[in-house]
Parts: sequence; structure tokens; C-alpha cells
Amino acid sequence: MTEYTYPIVLGIIIGTLTRLYMLRTDYRQYPTYLHGKIIHIALGFIAAGLGTLAVPSIMEENFTAVTFLTIAASQFREVRNMERNTLSEMDSSELVPRGRTYIEGIAIAFESRNYLVIFTSLLTTLAYLLSNIWGGIIVGAIAFFISKALMAGGKLSDIVDVEFIEPRFEGAGLYVDNIYIMNIGLPERKKEILRYGMGFILKPKNFDSRSTIANLGQRQAILHDVSTALGVYRDSGTPALVPLAKRDLDDGRVGVFVLPQERDEKRAIEIIGKVPILENAVRLPTKRKRKEEGK
Amino acid sequence: MDLQKFILAVITTNPKKAPVASTVFHCDSKEEMDAITTNLEAILDGIAHALSDEIYIIVKH
Repeated sequence: MTEYTYPIVLGIIIGTLTRLYMLRTDYRQYPTYLHGKIIHIALGFIAAGLGTLAVPSIMEENFTAVTFLTIAASQFREVRNMERNTLSEMDSSELVPRGRTYIEGIAIAFESRNYLVIFTSLLTTLAYLLSNIWGGIIVGAIAFFISKALMAGGKLSDIVDVEFIEPRFEGAGLYVDNIYIMNIGLPERKKEILRYGMGFILKPKNFDSRSTIANLGQRQAILHDVSTALGVYRDSGTPALVPLAKRDLDDGRVGVFVLPQERDEKRAIEIIGKVPILENAVRLPTKRKRKEEGK
Repeated sequence: MDLQKFILAVITTNPKKAPVASTVFHCDSKEEMDAITTNLEAILDGIAHALSDEIYIIVKH
């Protein structure tokens, strides 16, 4: 036992708790399995350890020890690759795939969460060593909530209005409002589509969100989330029954056509509203304009 | 190269309208055309699109 034992233990505990808290399995069902969770908890524990140990090494004037943080960085970049590979492999067997943009978003989130854990542990241990255990706990709690705030991204309901619209056919063309979705030939398929299909119109709230929802990855994420939460009327060998999202070129609205097993209008609108805004899809064209105008 | 979109079969009741150099199924009635298209859609794993009342195509997407 040294004077650093308790601060290190506290740092590791709070860091691992932060990781545990950020590892929530919700309706999106990822990570699904116990083993997937264990991997992330273990990596979170390692991250907490690395963050914590940096403080005593500096205090002991062992400055070179801090370089292991760079090893940590490459280690967690590996986590991102691992997540990307696993999810890409799994995506091919999904009825409605997540899409690459969504996968990349998830992979980035997994990497960044480990860094948040490192910072939380580092600050906790530092505060403990500079003051006392209570200082450590308070700073740990503050860092915990900051991590929580940093983790939560935007939701689609912040940037679009969602409206339910019954899909309809004009000849062989399937439409949601005035947005053309696809051509369906067989009368039998048309009947199925009208029976199970639901249409939604996403109306962008401003010019920036118009480009965001135009992103194909963002649209695929919407289809995936709705299909996961409400089920999907689709199987291999029925390629005609496919959820699609198409864009109205005139005003940037997006028509979403889905085939849920459970036709619940309100829940579907709620789920679309809760789809995360993918970081890689965010565009802010108006920022440039403002800069040009010198504001 | 992977073909992204490809016409796998054409089903028609009007032989004059059928394209050359493609697998064409000639049918006598709309009902027969629907029945054959339903089968082909399942077999070929493509989507049946209607170009008009007389001609369907099955496309691999």
C-alpha cells in the first residue's frame, strides 16, 4: 500500500462506472450480447487504469510514463476498427441494414467513450491527491455528468417535423405525398404494400437540416431504426418489399416509406424523432454564409 | 464488375413491345402475366416493375 493506492482505486472505480453507464442497451439492441458487453467493460477498465496512473507518475516526476497515454490512443483506435468490422460483417445479414454512415457513427462513439473514461479517471485521481477523498468523489461526479452530456448527441426531432401520410399508388408508381418512392408491378405486391406500408414526411426545420436529412446514410439509419423497433414485413426473396426514403428535390423534404409489422402511427413518429443525428451527416451551409457576411 | 441494375426477364402480352436480346415470356392474358411474374420475382430475387399494362420487367437491384 502506498499513498497512491486509494486515489488509484477511486479513479478506476469511477472511470469504470462511467463506462458502464455509457454502455446502455436500448431498443437499437447494440451491443446485444453479454460477450460484447464484457469486451467494452474490460476496455473501459483499462482506460480508467491508464487515466488514473498518469497522475501519480507525474507526481513522482516520472514524466516519460505519460507516453503510455499515446499507446492508449492507438489501442482505442483499434476499438473503433473492431467495432466497424464487426458491425459491417453483421450488416450483410440484416433485413434492413444500418448503412456505413451509421456504423461509422457507432464506431466513433465507442472510441470517444473510452477517452471520456480516461479523462474522468484522471480528474478524479488528481482531485483526490490534491485534496481528499470527497474532493475526488465530487470531481468524479462532475466529470461523470459532463461525460453524460457529451455522449448524448442530437435527435432527429430537433431538426425535422414528422408527419404521417398514407402511401398511395398512381399506376405502378408508389408515392408518399408527392414523393415518388418506387415502381411496383404486381397487383398482389401493391395490396401487401398498401396493407402494411406506412409513409412519413420529414419536413426540415431549416436550411442546414435539409442537407443533413438528404444524406443517404442518415436516411438508411432512419429506416433501420424504425424497422428494428417496429419489426419489418420483409424476407429474403421478397426484394419488392423494401423500406425506402426518397427526397423531394424542390424543397428538401424526405418521404420515408416503411413496412412495419406493427402499424402504430404514434410510436413510429416517436421512433423517427429519436433517431440519432449522425455526426458524419451534419452539414452547416448557413455557417459559411454568415462568415462571408462578416457576422 | 458487379452489375447493379439488370433486366433479368421481360413478361409481356404484346410481342411487338418486347425488347430484343433479353429473356422474354409471352403471355396470352393479364392474369397469366401476373402469375408468371409472381413466380419469376420469387425465383430470380428481383423486383417486378410495370412499364405499362402490357409489359413487366424483372430487375435485379
